[in-house]
Amino acid sequence: MPTIYVDGKPYEVAEEGKNLLDACLSLGFDIPYFCWHPAMHSAGACRQCAVKLFRDEADTRGQIVMACMTPVTEGVRISIADPEAVAFRASVIEWLMVNHPHDCPVCDEGGECHLQDMTVMTGHVRRRHRFRKRTHRNQHLGPLLHHEMNRCIQCFRCVRFYQEVTGGRDLDVFGWHDGIYFGRHEDGVLESPFAGNLAEVCPTGVFTDKTFKRHYTRPWDLQTAPAVCVHCGLGCNTIPGERYGLLRRIRNRFNAHVNGFFLCDRGRFGYEFVNSDRRLREPLLRGEDGELHPAGLAETMERLRAILQAGEAIGIGSPRASMETNFALREFVGAESFHDGTSRLDHDLMETIRTVLLKGPGRSASVQDVAEADAVLVLGEDVQNTAPLLALSLRKAVVQQAIGIAQRLNIHLYHDSAVREAIQQDTGPLFIATPDETPLDDIATLTYRRAPDDIARLGLAVANFIDPAAPRPDGLDGETEGLAGRIADELWNAERPLVVCGYGCGSRSVIEAATNVVCALERLGKDASLACTVPECNSMGLALMGARDPGSAIEAVRSGRARALVIAENDLFRRMRASDAEALLSGAEHVVVLDHLANRTAERAEVVLPAATFAECTGTFVNSEGRGQRSIQTFVPEGSVQASWRWLGRMIALRDGLAERPWGALDDLLAALARAVPVCARIRDLVPPSSYRLHGQRVPRQSPRYSGRAAVHAHEDVREVAPPLDPDSPMSFTMEGYGGQPPSALIARFWAPGWNSPQAVTKFERGVAGPLQGGDPGRRLIEPEDRNRLCYAGHIPPFEPRPDEWLAVPAYHVFGSEELSAATPAVATLTPAAYLGLSPHDAERMQVEEGQELGLDVEHEVHPLPMRLRPQLPPGVVTVPLGLPGLEGLELPTWVKLVVPGLSERALRT
Amino acid sequence: MELVLTKNIRPEGEPLTLAEYEQAGGYEALRRALGMSPQEVQRMVTEANLLGRGGAGFPTGRKWASVPMGERARTPKYFVVNADEMEPGAMKDRLLLEGDPHQLIEGIIISAYAVEASQAYIFLRWEYRLAARRLVSALSQAYHHNRLGRRLLGSSFSLDIHVHLSGGRYMCGEAEALLSALEGRRAVPRSKPPYPTVCGLWGKPTVVNNVETVCNIPHIVKHGPEWFRSLSLTDEGGTKLYGVSGRVKRPGVWELPMGTPIRRLLDDHADGMQDGYGFRALLPGGGSTAFVLEEHLDTPMDFASMEAIGTRLGTGTMIVMDDRTCPVGMVRGLEGFFARESCGWCTPCREGLPWVARTLEALEAGDGRPEDLETLDHHARWLRMGHTFCALAPGAMMPLASALKHFRAEFESHIGARCPWS
Repeated sequence: MPTIYVDGKPYEVAEEGKNLLDACLSLGFDIPYFCWHPAMHSAGACRQCAVKLFRDEADTRGQIVMACMTPVTEGVRISIADPEAVAFRASVIEWLMVNHPHDCPVCDEGGECHLQDMTVMTGHVRRRHRFRKRTHRNQHLGPLLHHEMNRCIQCFRCVRFYQEVTGGRDLDVFGWHDGIYFGRHEDGVLESPFAGNLAEVCPTGVFTDKTFKRHYTRPWDLQTAPAVCVHCGLGCNTIPGERYGLLRRIRNRFNAHVNGFFLCDRGRFGYEFVNSDRRLREPLLRGEDGELHPAGLAETMERLRAILQAGEAIGIGSPRASMETNFALREFVGAESFHDGTSRLDHDLMETIRTVLLKGPGRSASVQDVAEADAVLVLGEDVQNTAPLLALSLRKAVVQQAIGIAQRLNIHLYHDSAVREAIQQDTGPLFIATPDETPLDDIATLTYRRAPDDIARLGLAVANFIDPAAPRPDGLDGETEGLAGRIADELWNAERPLVVCGYGCGSRSVIEAATNVVCALERLGKDASLACTVPECNSMGLALMGARDPGSAIEAVRSGRARALVIAENDLFRRMRASDAEALLSGAEHVVVLDHLANRTAERAEVVLPAATFAECTGTFVNSEGRGQRSIQTFVPEGSVQASWRWLGRMIALRDGLAERPWGALDDLLAALARAVPVCARIRDLVPPSSYRLHGQRVPRQSPRYSGRAAVHAHEDVREVAPPLDPDSPMSFTMEGYGGQPPSALIARFWAPGWNSPQAVTKFERGVAGPLQGGDPGRRLIEPEDRNRLCYAGHIPPFEPRPDEWLAVPAYHVFGSEELSAATPAVATLTPAAYLGLSPHDAERMQVEEGQELGLDVEHEVHPLPMRLRPQLPPGVVTVPLGLPGLEGLELPTWVKLVVPGLSERALRT
Repeated sequence: MELVLTKNIRPEGEPLTLAEYEQAGGYEALRRALGMSPQEVQRMVTEANLLGRGGAGFPTGRKWASVPMGERARTPKYFVVNADEMEPGAMKDRLLLEGDPHQLIEGIIISAYAVEASQAYIFLRWEYRLAARRLVSALSQAYHHNRLGRRLLGSSFSLDIHVHLSGGRYMCGEAEALLSALEGRRAVPRSKPPYPTVCGLWGKPTVVNNVETVCNIPHIVKHGPEWFRSLSLTDEGGTKLYGVSGRVKRPGVWELPMGTPIRRLLDDHADGMQDGYGFRALLPGGGSTAFVLEEHLDTPMDFASMEAIGTRLGTGTMIVMDDRTCPVGMVRGLEGFFARESCGWCTPCREGLPWVARTLEALEAGDGRPEDLETLDHHARWLRMGHTFCALAPGAMMPLASALKHFRAEFESHIGARCPWS
């Protein structure tokens, strides 16, 4: 551990090879900076982090250096407080402020602005520049980000993030000298689905959250809590913010193992469904007129009592509902009558994934592990669209091996541009085998475009190359054979090989083939890991808990064994074939639905109970890695909205004639869950229990600056309203409480004295970009039982195109494929219209043109869809964007027919 | 004096063809070099004490010696000629480019051989169209006669030379920004280390040398380092192309022994000031050098001597300021140029230079305020090497800082009054 001297005092620095800025911030010093970012390292552009460097003890003059560009070396002597360094830093701020509009009072960034913080820190107060400021034209960048270029201080973070972290190409820097401009070549929606991070990456108010702007409130007036994103299976950590009963925005919550510093735009902007007009806020009962009507609580309970006493019920849980809700439903109906509410196919896929990850050999990779992999094989997964943030990790993974080039040239790894210049295109290896092109192809070493079964065969061949004991697929073509050999070599030569697979292809064979590769590597002593994407935020939790497939539910209803159907947070029409959903809904005598939004399933219910969203109740989710994470309630919803598990507790009490609900608070429920589902026992310890206090105090959800508490309700009652109590967590719905840093699972905002922007996260980390103090929240619930388990899958026949049918494979879109975010206006405007993807070969054969309407015939149900040419799609395969409006609930892949309107099918074929 | 670099140049005429060039002894040095080892060529250049003619005066031999050689080096290695001659007042490289392209090509081949580079680029400023045309024509002759290309002149050495006519930006003259531009990126400098000789163009070892520097190479190889050193009046080897512009009788470019005193250039070659104009000061090596006053006119013009009097030799192409030109106005013109040419990457340069330029404009327009001099002093003080990302802003401050020192009274006379020269 090197010792450095800061203003004459010695300090131990944890790691060599860091830069002085990183080291000083890690030690708790305040040095102002702009272009440096903990995830993007040093650029040397802003010149703000100047310090004095001394040659030795005798050197009293020293020289000014940029802390971010100067390495930590043993015994290095620097001064932060040196008057010359202080004066130069003040001068840099003065330059940066020359053109800044000083419009803080009307700026959305005000109050959490890094530029404000740094200006205060350096002490620049008097304006000397007496000339005109330069002005810029702002651009329309789409529905998510607002652009205000006049505020720009030209730190280059935005383009560095956009191009280098996300691989985006449509945001750039234009022009020269003090006229440089950061934007697109013309107005238009930013293409990268990670663009929203610019709102946090930008140190001032150039890029701000446009959805927040529409219902703006001062950031210090937001009530916030640590939450978990519910819009895909990765479980990124977020900080939702609420004011006046409206959820107003989502910010990133750093977690070194999961999302790090960034979120995807579905996760950041998908929140507005919480405020939707379609929200269910009061119970609804079906009246004698056959319509649903709002009902009071007593009336609702009466109806429920009648239903529950009439006969046996089965429960349909949901992969988007929390562990608590699914467990409460399971307790209500009994494990034998608890179903996961997904299609047979998805149930089967999750069973396969669960088995591989629980039994071995594959150890599930965290999002962070993926970023550290040094050779990657992606089988069947369009990662950026099925688990968006994982794409950023893969972009980091492809430089893992190349970093050696920079190291051999003695380039400091924090020196971001130098590392990139040394590496240039020598990245990888990353192999992507998918039916269609993916947004990660630009960083792929090689891509392979085949039908799912052929992708699986490639996986088998790779496994066989690594371990000849693994089964060898017969009849491989030369291309596949050669590619498999190359992939096997690269994985074998890597230190941390990784295979990525998941639900994207809808193919169990692909997951099994990925397992074969991991199995082969493990058997020969490699430490390989497996990243399996899962469809929804709690798919993995539901699979761990164990639930029955939809077939048995249909059977129970059909046989008359189950008279009532209780559906928790699940629109069946999105997750299973319409015919299956129909069989369930029309087969049951009574249907009770608990959900957030009015949907087709709720429309069919006899009783609808308004369920709290992720922001309105506390719950636990298990992500694709098998990491249990607690999402804590942000605000108390209006109306009768309650956590589904609370409704279900009530229903149990009602049915069983209990005086009280079986679980009063979350901790009671979790205790029961831990007993009933041992694999999930650790989820009790994710967050300190609700009785936990710090110096006798709860952890406040509101900032000390939260304003207008007494005034908010003054129009109703001038007496101050008592804040609600939270029985489910040790947090309070007030600004009072423990003011210091709470345990990491209870961090409601990153703030430190003088650090009001998201940059304050550094003060919460053990070393810059390190884990949060006390360890990152969340716990892995699963470890493979036996990493040497032999589980080679056998024969998979090659894909054979059919003469008059096509194999329809699913395509996914960041915007639109997920249910809840799709109900958010900003996301809805970015959702592509449904289409049918066809290979040019097939299009030519059928003589159809791009945009022409085709009929997609799935089991005699015809969906009219405009055709999109997919140049890389193999012949005989079509893509169908699953989950887009009109295309919910399909079980893909499946064989379909195509109908060209005006032509008979026979004519089309000949 | 013996003309070395310019002996083949026919003012206003077409440059020598390959045959004419060879008749004049051209490509003999190349044949000789190919018979030597690359290290031997490097050693000759080191011994010749050839200092980089782009303006910084870094020893060429030392630059070459820092290139990784042999099997372990990352390849391909690149040799890049910096022909982005955009320093205010400079026109010396243009003479060499247009006047004797084969001399440059021969220099490139020998230099590339010495550092085992297999690809070479000539990076030209946008306006050097004529030079580009003549180079392309000379290159095709050289390729046709196997002076270039695969296994040139029957040796085992192969080289391609590409002409790149740039988009045109002062910043491109900075070696590392030049490399960024050549890669198709913004012409933004890179920070050192790593130096381009280790990690340069497309991440590979790269030498960037100025046109005049490279043109010296064939002569060093042909006549040896002792001869080269003997050309100079001081211990910095060779001849130097000097230029004079401003209100002198005969502005121009001359090849003279390195270390020729300023006064000889002014009086003997430029024939002194135009009638009615007196000498006031000069910038010895382009816009980014400090003013030299009358008292220093006997100083030899080489890198060390210029530095000793607080300025820089730079490109060696001086701009003379006469007594009827407003020093504030002249500096304003220069600072306007530098402010415009800032690449925008680092704060002090991007924001500081326009502030300086606007302040000088205000002074010139009669809108000066007492605190303006404080502002100018502030920038002259803070825009220093190490404070900024590259040398552009520190270079821009050299004329300003020296003007503030030498012409303080003139600056003060602008405050609260119109420019006395207008």
